[in-house]
Amino acid sequence: MSIHDFIDSQVKSNDVVVFMKGTPQFPMCGFSGQVAHIFNLLGVDYKGINVLDSDEIRQGIKEYTNWPTIPQVFVKGEFVGGCDIVREMYQSGELQTLLEEKGVVVMGRATA
Amino acid sequence: MAMEATEIERLIRDGLPDATVEIRDLAGDGNHYAATVVSESFRGKSRVQQHQMVYAALKGQMGGILHALALQTNVPD
Repeated sequence: MSIHDFIDSQVKSNDVVVFMKGTPQFPMCGFSGQVAHIFNLLGVDYKGINVLDSDEIRQGIKEYTNWPTIPQVFVKGEFVGGCDIVREMYQSGELQTLLEEKGVVVMGRATA
Repeated sequence: MAMEATEIERLIRDGLPDATVEIRDLAGDGNHYAATVVSESFRGKSRVQQHQMVYAALKGQMGGILHALALQTNVPD
């Protein structure tokens, strides 16, 4: 399976996917940590894919989305953005709305 | 490896001639900046597209020698 197909299958078979440095339990970079924190606050389950485990994935994801940095967040197969955009959307409530519209379970309705 | 704020600003302006650009150095190490970019060319585009336009202007430096650029994009009021 090519890297592109692997990424494609991951983002399409999981509601929320975060390509990150480190793992949900141990984010290894401030930006990945911020995204992990936001999803923890919202009580949203997500699949964390550690790009530090594979340079192929680390490079492949940047080509897949034409986005140069990590983390990268997908909701229902759609690229939502990196740390800045996800944080901005969280603060404005747009992220919560997007998740609900896409039918992703949001446990804790955390206020910004 | 580092980049000067003026270099970042110049690249963004070259790529987005009408943009107003404000760069803040977050860490003083030439690697962690915040930038606010306002441009008419962002109108009607999603945030992802707007940010991709800025990254394109940075000609591949983003994620390379420029490790962290907290980006905020807007259209003029």
